[in-house]
Amino acid sequence: MEEVLFFVAAIGALGGAIGVIAMRNPFYSVLALIVHLFSLAALFLLLTSAFVAAAQVVVYAGAVMVLYVFVVAYVGGGGESAWEPIPGQRFLAPLLGIALFVELAVAVLSSSLLALGTDGPNVKAGFGDPAAIGRLLLEKFLLPFEASSILLLLAAVGAIVLASRLQEGEVGTPDEPSPNREEGVPTSPSPTTPTGATR
Amino acid sequence: MSIEWFIVLSALLFATGALGILLRRSPMVILLCLELMLNAGNLALVAFSRMVGNGQGQVFAVIVMVIAACEVVVGLGLIVAIFRRKLPLNVDDLRELRG
Repeated sequence: MEEVLFFVAAIGALGGAIGVIAMRNPFYSVLALIVHLFSLAALFLLLTSAFVAAAQVVVYAGAVMVLYVFVVAYVGGGGESAWEPIPGQRFLAPLLGIALFVELAVAVLSSSLLALGTDGPNVKAGFGDPAAIGRLLLEKFLLPFEASSILLLLAAVGAIVLASRLQEGEVGTPDEPSPNREEGVPTSPSPTTPTGATR
Repeated sequence: MSIEWFIVLSALLFATGALGILLRRSPMVILLCLELMLNAGNLALVAFSRMVGNGQGQVFAVIVMVIAACEVVVGLGLIVAIFRRKLPLNVDDLRELRG
């Protein structure tokens, strides 16, 4: 039973991940990531960590993904150009990805951690439930907990500053004379077509 | 289910995310691939926490989620700022900071 659940969740997670990188439209990529996150939550449950699974579903699939969907809807999910800046990128990148996986797999399989091959020790009934994690967070890891709350506040304020409306003095076109933008090429006289004008 | 399976799956997911970062050019999809890599790390953390048998790895995973949320918020703020300035949303065109 556990094996079946693991493989179903693993296929979901991997399929979601491949969907994220394969979809042309960013909106579908976000939807694939939601599938991936739910499958990961199931895997966390298999590892008897109920709180992390719940946080995964509520925080990630609930809140963060809504943020993504809003930004994709605002920016508009245009497809990417098929133009490749690096020759052979389409072939080199999978090669590097496979190399990374082989490296990680070799590192895992040849590690001297004997407990890797086991199911892990038998744990008590309350292992990984919100009470246990909360006690750890508020007793042993109180300082990281507070530090992360300050970090979240800083990130929220930073995002508001970054994404705020343009001030009066700022200009919205990329073709304004900026010294390092184009080496030696005269600035294009038509600022109405910003996309690709710098090439 | 032995812990090894979870670790190998997390390696596979991490490699997939890295592949996406190498392959795609839209900053939004690159942020999504960063999420994939962080989640693969989370899976490994939780699996090791189960292997050792205490909950500290799970606390670590929760903190990683917080960091990921911060990264998403700042990254999406940057994307919105880039969009407002009518710059191209393509990491190959946004290269003023490249040396």
